[in-house]
Amino acid sequence: MRPMPIIEKLQILADAAKYDASCASSGTAKRNSKGGKGIGSTEGMGICHAYAPDGRCISLLKILLTNHCVFDCHYCVNRKSSNVERARFTPQEVADLTLSFYRRNYIEGLFLSSGIVKSSDHTMEQLVETARILREEHDFRGYIHLKTIPEADPELIHQAGLLADRVSINVELPTDAGLTRLAPDKNARQIEGAMGGVKMAIAQARDEKKRFKHAPRFAPAGQSTQMIVGADGAKDVDIVGRASRLYDNFRLRRIYYSAFSPIPDASAVLPLKRPPLIREHRLYQSDWLMRFYGFTPSEVMQAADDEGNLPLDIDPKLAWALKFREQFPVDVNRSSREMLLRVPGLGTRAVDRIIASRRHRTLRLNDVALFTVSIAKVRPFICAADWAPTLLTDRADLRAQLTPGGEQLDLFAA
Amino acid sequence: MSSGAEALWRERHHPSYAIHMPAPDDFAFWRERARALVQCDIPPDRVSWIEPGGTKSLFADSEFADVPVPDSSSAIVRASKAFLSLARQAALHSDPDRFALLYRLLWRLQDDTRLMEDKADFDVRRLDALGKAVRRDSHKMHAFVRFRLVEAGGQEGDEAGHREHYVAWFEPEHHILRANAGFFVRRFANMRWSILTPRGSLHWNGEVLCEGPAAQKSDAPDGDPTEDLWRRYYASIFNPARLKIGAMLKEMPKKYWKNMPETALIPELVAGAQKRESEMVATGALEFDPQPETLEAIEKAVSQCRKCPIGDLENHAVMGEGPRNADLMIVGEQPGDQEDLAGRPFVGPAGQLLDAALKVAGIDRAGVYVTNAVKHFKFVQRGKRRLHQSPTAKEIDTCRWWLEGERALVRPKLVLALGASAARSLLGKTVSINKVRGRAIALEDGSELWVTVHPSYLLRLDGDARAAQERDFAADLASVRARMEMV
Repeated sequence: MRPMPIIEKLQILADAAKYDASCASSGTAKRNSKGGKGIGSTEGMGICHAYAPDGRCISLLKILLTNHCVFDCHYCVNRKSSNVERARFTPQEVADLTLSFYRRNYIEGLFLSSGIVKSSDHTMEQLVETARILREEHDFRGYIHLKTIPEADPELIHQAGLLADRVSINVELPTDAGLTRLAPDKNARQIEGAMGGVKMAIAQARDEKKRFKHAPRFAPAGQSTQMIVGADGAKDVDIVGRASRLYDNFRLRRIYYSAFSPIPDASAVLPLKRPPLIREHRLYQSDWLMRFYGFTPSEVMQAADDEGNLPLDIDPKLAWALKFREQFPVDVNRSSREMLLRVPGLGTRAVDRIIASRRHRTLRLNDVALFTVSIAKVRPFICAADWAPTLLTDRADLRAQLTPGGEQLDLFAA
Repeated sequence: MSSGAEALWRERHHPSYAIHMPAPDDFAFWRERARALVQCDIPPDRVSWIEPGGTKSLFADSEFADVPVPDSSSAIVRASKAFLSLARQAALHSDPDRFALLYRLLWRLQDDTRLMEDKADFDVRRLDALGKAVRRDSHKMHAFVRFRLVEAGGQEGDEAGHREHYVAWFEPEHHILRANAGFFVRRFANMRWSILTPRGSLHWNGEVLCEGPAAQKSDAPDGDPTEDLWRRYYASIFNPARLKIGAMLKEMPKKYWKNMPETALIPELVAGAQKRESEMVATGALEFDPQPETLEAIEKAVSQCRKCPIGDLENHAVMGEGPRNADLMIVGEQPGDQEDLAGRPFVGPAGQLLDAALKVAGIDRAGVYVTNAVKHFKFVQRGKRRLHQSPTAKEIDTCRWWLEGERALVRPKLVLALGASAARSLLGKTVSINKVRGRAIALEDGSELWVTVHPSYLLRLDGDARAAQERDFAADLASVRARMEMV
């Protein structure tokens, strides 16, 4: 058999990697290549070097080492029983490809994952070896994200953390029952055990770094995980609850949600309609509410409907505000930051500007309009010097008035 | 014409001042002049700021007075940190009025030191907007500069790669080139590179940074074989199931496209996306109707099922049979030649062996619901004979839909899987029979699964091996019989 050309391997192994949502290259330690032998820098903010027509940022070379896999997870295009074409890179090939892309300023670094070949340990060794070649042989100082394999030897996961900026372990499904059914070879306890191990190692390395300048860094950009939405029966409240437990228990930097996407040669155990992409978007919004807007998980859950799902036609913050109208209107000239953050249509930056400006002037509705995209959305929930919503917050048809029109919805429903 | 210039035209008896900027991005120069002007108490509408090669002033230079020199006793000029850091960025904007705006704000800051906090102020907002545009342009430069390799590496006796020269052509919107040199030096410290732009160029040889004159696109190389790899990557990482062109355009506006090798692919990727997605859905995720609510409805639906290729063969669907409230369900692999002809499960040689073994174990087949993991007979034709073919994992998974329907309706307390195919259908994964046999496995719906070999396996063995396996088979059936008493 002729050896497969690199470009064909790249096609297969990039195609296989595209269902991983994460492409972040931000939040790691600052460093650059001055005084070194190689190339690369990270300056805190991630850089998106291109955008694909799916609207996603391309920041990293995101590929699998191989899409051969001994596991048989039903939602996964690379599962053992799938008929997709298979390919396999050597660690050296991936390192070379990363460097030649990096030199041309196409990427911030590498996001490497892999199907399980031979054994979990063997696969993990290959992932670590790729990172080692980049870091040690080429003094590469760009960003590396390694997907780690929970079943692998903890020592190997530890090595991955010493070489990579970020490590991640996918919890895959929001419920343990879903995991048992759709990813029969995986084990929820093992996944959480590995995440716990990474959390400890990160905390320990931080602590050592405070005391000893030259203590090795361990995954300075932290750990993240991914959940597939819509492949099992989990409701949005289940997902929000699981997410908040994961944030609490494992100090995750990010949880990525991936709307279950039709995959070629899908397993028949997934007799599913594809969930609307907007659902994924609403979950990210709820994630934002918890991380940046001071909402507790139970408050986010209050925004859900009777079936436990977030409304698709309006965002969760608006849904919450409509349910708890007695909390409004909020006076922009007097209210606390916490309350201003609850106003639908006011983002964190708009709130900052309101608070800075109101020291200088009494804000009128037109002043607030300068800080927001749509004053019409904000208006029913605030008071300003020349504005009070009077009856507006009590109107029964408020929700209908604030729901985006059909045309806008279609954009997401595609 | 700026309002400052108009005022100047009308009020000739007041002296006016023209400041000629040596470079469009020379913030330090502006800062020094602006400080002197404030100290001499010269209001903003008396000052024109003129860029090199920029719009010529409407007035001859002779109409302007010389810039006064403040004496040493002048008051200290006040400028907040927030203003300075933002002004430094805004000074790089291509707006010709930017220096006038900066001076106006500096002038106002002398009376109102916290002016920058007032985000509703017109000038403050304008400065914010300029700063934001410059930051965005810088960020896009970090992102969208594309180097091309012009000199192949490994030249005589040099360190590998050191001789390689990477050249990029980029068209920034604002005067950001010099301010962003540091980013590229830090990132590509050990590479030889040049960035050419219509506003000037930068060259780094690994040790020293040089500035050069403005360049043209034709000065830059026009290809690099690695771009084929990059384009292939770009096309492959894109998920056609989720087209969001607006989101792409927002972050990567078309004005940048012409200097990025991958963007030429976008039109065909978008056009192909809808088609690719519908193909993926057709070959992949099957759209199932709701589960039938009766066994008869399942039987009818199964007979028309063509969700896998087995349904297209010359055969008939064989539905399970037995009491619809049976406590025990026995699941085989698939109907064989005789079952296909008879339209009933387990009537061929394997079925006879099963019947005999059930009798020995004390299980009445009439009380058992007997069915198969796959409902159609899979075979290859060899002359007159139809040779059995094992179903693939995917075919088993596809047919699992029907078995789950049967289980949901019959609700057996115990399920006995005969052979690996049946076990896969019930567990969703391939297991080794020897590892899972002889013990109960809890299923999601609360029922209990037992696994043993398929009787046709026994038929293929001889002598001692067969005797041993038959003993184990009988033992498994006896265990199931014993469990039936308890559940």
